[in-house]
Parts: sequence; C-alpha cells; structure tokens
Amino acid sequence: MNLVDVLLAGATLGGLYALVAMGLTLQYGVARIMNLSYGEFLIAPAFLAYVLVVQHGASPLAVLVLALPLGFALQWAVYQLLLTPLVRRTGAGPQLEVDSILATFGLLFVVQGVMLVAFGGNYHSYGYLSVPVQVLGSTVAANRLLVLLVALGLGAGLYLLLTRTRIGTVVRAVAVAPRFAPLVGIDVRRTAALAFGLGGALVAACGVLVSMFLPFSATMGTMFAMKALIVVIMGGVGNLMGCLLAGLLLGFAETLVASFVDPGLTLAVNYALFLLVLLLRPAGLFGRAAR
Amino acid sequence: MSAYSKRTWLRRAAAAAALALCAPLAPAQEAPKSVRIGWAIAKTGPNAGGTATTVTPNYQMWVKEINAAGGLMLKAHGRRVPIEVVEYDDRSSSEEAVRATERLMTQDKVDFVLPPWGTANNLAVGPTYEKHGYPLLAVNSITDKAPQLVKRWKHAFFFLGTGAQYAQALIGYLDEARKAGRIGDRIAMVHIADGFGVDLASAARKAAGQHGFTLAYDKSYPVGTQDMTPILNEVKGRDADVFIAFSYPPDTMLITDQAQVLGFNPKVMFTGVGTQFPMYKKKFGAAAEGVMGPGGVDFDSPAIQDYFKRHQAASGQEPDRFASTVQYAALQVLQQAIERVGKVDRAAVTQEIRTGRFDTILGPVQLDNQMFTNLWWVGQWQNGEFYGIAPSSKPGAKPALLPKPAWKN
Repeated sequence: MNLVDVLLAGATLGGLYALVAMGLTLQYGVARIMNLSYGEFLIAPAFLAYVLVVQHGASPLAVLVLALPLGFALQWAVYQLLLTPLVRRTGAGPQLEVDSILATFGLLFVVQGVMLVAFGGNYHSYGYLSVPVQVLGSTVAANRLLVLLVALGLGAGLYLLLTRTRIGTVVRAVAVAPRFAPLVGIDVRRTAALAFGLGGALVAACGVLVSMFLPFSATMGTMFAMKALIVVIMGGVGNLMGCLLAGLLLGFAETLVASFVDPGLTLAVNYALFLLVLLLRPAGLFGRAAR
Repeated sequence: MSAYSKRTWLRRAAAAAALALCAPLAPAQEAPKSVRIGWAIAKTGPNAGGTATTVTPNYQMWVKEINAAGGLMLKAHGRRVPIEVVEYDDRSSSEEAVRATERLMTQDKVDFVLPPWGTANNLAVGPTYEKHGYPLLAVNSITDKAPQLVKRWKHAFFFLGTGAQYAQALIGYLDEARKAGRIGDRIAMVHIADGFGVDLASAARKAAGQHGFTLAYDKSYPVGTQDMTPILNEVKGRDADVFIAFSYPPDTMLITDQAQVLGFNPKVMFTGVGTQFPMYKKKFGAAAEGVMGPGGVDFDSPAIQDYFKRHQAASGQEPDRFASTVQYAALQVLQQAIERVGKVDRAAVTQEIRTGRFDTILGPVQLDNQMFTNLWWVGQWQNGEFYGIAPSSKPGAKPALLPKPAWKN
C-alpha cells in the first residue's frame, strides 16, 4: 500500500468524522445544548434519502439540497419548543447542560421509536456514486470523495461566516460570553436557536451523505453521536476548524495504523489520541481554557 | 366374602363406567384458552437489525399461520387452541434478556419461550431456560461450546452448527478446489473482533494449517469500522487467490462495496453474516455474482420456494438465506412436538424435540445430541440466488462458480 493510498483513505475517513461532528460542535458550543439525540437526527435524514431514492427515484444530491433547510427548520423548532423552556428556567446557567442532556436523551428515544415503527430494526442501504475515481494514481470511491469535499467546503464556509461576518461575530460572542452578550444588544436566545438550527442543517446533510455508502439502521444513531462527541471535544467545543482538524487527525491515525500496524488497533489509537489531546490541551486543540 | 367382593366389583365397575363416560368431557373443560408463547427479543440496540431480518418475521408468521388454522392441535383436549403472544424488548442487552426471560417464565407464566437473536444473548439466557425447564431452540447462535453446553443444559437445542464446522467446511471446500488446480494456496483473511468473528477465524486458521494453506494476511478489525480501504488495499498486494472476511452485516456491505470500487476481485471472495440478507441482494444484485458466504438455500426445493412466498407476503420482506429457513424449521419442530404430545407438558415436549423426527421446509429434521447439523456451510450467489454449495455431497448442492467473475458495475 503506497503513501498516496493511505493519505487519500485517511482524508476521506477524516472528512467523514469531521462532517459528523460539525453540527454538534455548533449546537454544544453556541447553544450550550449537549444534544444526545444528535445521532437520531443523522439517521432520520438517511431514511428520508432511502425512501426518496429507492421508492421515488430521486437523486441523492437533490435530497441533500432538500435536507439542509429541512434539518434547519426541524432543529430550530426543537430548540424553540422543547429547549427554550429549559433555557428560561435555568437562566442559561450550568444547570442548562444537565437539563438539556435529560431532555434530549428523552428525545432520542422518541425519534428512535418513530423510526423503528416506520422502518423496523432492519439495516437499510442503497448505493450512489459508488464508482472509482483516480486521484494521483490512487483509487477512491466517488461518494467518499464527495464527503471530504463537502466537509472541507462546509468547514471553510462556516469558518469564514463566523469570522468574517457580523452575524458570525454575534454567534461567537454568544459562544464565548453568553452572560455578557445581551449587554451589547445581542438576543442570545435567538442566536442560540439559529446556531442550533444550523447544526441541524449540517447533521441532516451528513445523514444524507452517509446513507450513500454506509448501511444504517434505526438504532445506529448513538454510534455516530459518540464519534461526534469525541471529535468535538478533541477539536475544542464550538470550533469548526478544530472539528475539521480533529476529524482528519483521527482519520489519518486510523488509516495509518490499519495499513502499517494492525487494523485491530484502530479503536485503541483513536482513544489514545483522544486521551493525549485531553492531557496536553484539556480544552481541545483549538479550545480556550476557562471560558 | 363372595357377596362382598361381588358388590365391590359392581361398585368398581359402576365407578369405572362413570369415569369412562365423563372422560371425554372432563379434559375438554380444562383445555386452556390459549397456548401462551413469550419472547424477549431485540427491538432496539445493536441486535435489532439481525432480529428484524431473521427472527421477528418468522416468529410472527409462525403464530399467524397457526392461529389462522385455529391454533395448535392439542389432542389431549380434543381441540385446537390459539397461541397468545407475550413480547418484551431486551434492548440487545444480555442482562435485560435474562431478566425478561425470567419474567416470562415466573410472572407471566407463559407455556413456551422463544429465544433472542445472537450467540451471546442465547448463551446468556440458557441457564434460565434450564432452571425453569423450558426448551431452548437456539437458532441464531453459533458457538464452538455447543457440544459441551448440551451436556449441562438438557433443555437446550442448537440448530445452526458451530463456528468450527463452518470454518472447516469452507477450508475443506477450498482444499478440493486447490486439488483440482483452480486456486493457489495463499489465503488472505480478516475478521471482526467479536465473538462470531474470533471463533470462526481461529477455527479457519487451524484448518488452513492442517490443509497446508499459507495465510498471506490474517488480521482483525473492531466493531463499527467505517472504512475498509486500508485492509483491502493491503490484501490486494498480498497475491492471494482467496479472500475470507468473517464479518457482520454492516462490514459485509462495506467490504463488498469497497472491493468493487477498488477493483479487488480475488478468485474466491467469502464474506460473513449479511451476505445472505435481502438487503445485500437489493443493493448489489448482479454485481454479487460469485460472492460466497456462510449458509445457503436449496432453491430447487418446492417447500423452500413456498416458504419464500409466504414470508414475503407476511412481512413484506424476503427471508435471509442463512438462518431464516432454519429458524422457521425450528419453529415447525416445536409446533409438531407440542401437537404430538397433545398438551402443554414441557418435559414431554422437550423429550420429543430431543428424539423425534420432524417434517420441515428443510426436509426431515432429527436432532443428534441436541444439535442439528445437516446444514449448508457455504453458499454462493449465482444468477440472483444464494445457493448452498458445500457440503458438495448434500442433495441440492450446486457446483461453485470458480473463479469468481469480474465485478459488474
């Protein structure tokens, strides 16, 4: 196995990890909601894609475009209806994290239950863009390359949005100092809802992309949420660039170990890297300590 | 003395006559309203996928068909008695499976209990079945420990063989192919780092050594692996004619998909659980031509064709081509055992399962030492069906497609 193969496989896997985690970092970093039902909102759009593609012959790319606003609207509504009362009650203090974990934990079972009733516990899978593409003499599946490109595109785009625009500055202000943001006239709750919805749009897009090449079932959401959480914490909560970097780092590490040492050790390397980052930089790669 | 004995005799005769008259009436009065059958299976959690593919459709179809015919024929009561189901979700956890099974037996007091999906959970509930004297018809459970377990568990029946049997049959079959000069002696093997994968890999490793094969690659990968490219690229460079993956459904899909993309086309490609699933057929269709896996079905058998039709009609999905047919046959065994005994008598039913000969969709089934081993060990996709190819001596066996044809994109 040559180096280009390894780099390419690492980059596509890393891109997938980063993409899975980006929505969560916005939701957790800005809205301060530890959304445990995150994985279910990744699987739900995968089912949407499955139904539209397999039963109605739609193009998965069209579903991807549809999923973005749909995911935003859904998660925005979840924030407004389910989470706003919690935010109000706790005054967005530390208690909010505990309460939101419990609330979204419940939501996890509701969404999962609905999917189980609708689709059963079976695995579902369809193929799209499962064709080889040659990159620098190495072969890679087009759908995985697409994931990497979307991850890079969304990561860079959102990074620019957050650092270069007024609304981005507002979002960052809420992320860094939610208590003081109102002093300069920022509506914290509206901004948090916006960030939460944005996270929803990202996770929905991710679900559609994942459905193109990974088999999924109604109960697989938790696995994705776990992976996302590791990447988010490694990258620094609320930091998109950190998310991208942490995802790629894990992807490269796993692929290197699988190629040159033993594929059985990928999980071990994953958690070793996670521990190392936590030991050296407890707030994550790009995180600021003691916010 | 004689008068006394005569009177006694008369009295006894009268009593006997009265009893004989009452006899047909009395049991009819005690006939149960229903035969209660319980199951605790995974509706959620990591086992839910396998359960929904192989277990739930068969359990439900079996009950539906019996009740449509009026119920189980209990001849001791002289009538048919419908089945009533008590169901729990074990959430894929073995603790929960044990708890729910115990509850079914002691609180719900069901008459029979059907087991969950997966080797680990079948083994976890085994002691509970044994303690309460319920027959355990373990189908979705492949363990090398089965021959030892049946010595301790007099109520346990294993229907899907042992890991070693699959591995030995596969390597033995490859040996035949090598002797015929159709493949070389290098094998590349990967397995999932979990019960089923580890068992089969260690058995295959041993068998490969005995038959003089060279293992060009022999590694494991963890559950939940989302990219097989590194493994496949590595295996591609090892110049092996045979690629074996003892995998679970999601990784089986991944390996097939990515092997196709990478243009990795060994002469023999064998993937694990999932190769036989309807999802696999739906996704890969003609591209799967020549892929091998454990299990297989004799599609030329009318009973099997009929079963596939009924399964499709009852659940809207096809059965899998590995455990589904065996699962249904095991339920037929239970049904016939109960009907032969003619009443809800678990000890007698268990004894009947142990020694009886039953007529099922797989043909006649008779357990040997509480195990059923007249199975297909290796199957292969040929013209859109997953036919049994090994043991090659079994009636209905198809000759293998070797070498595997190129991927059709």
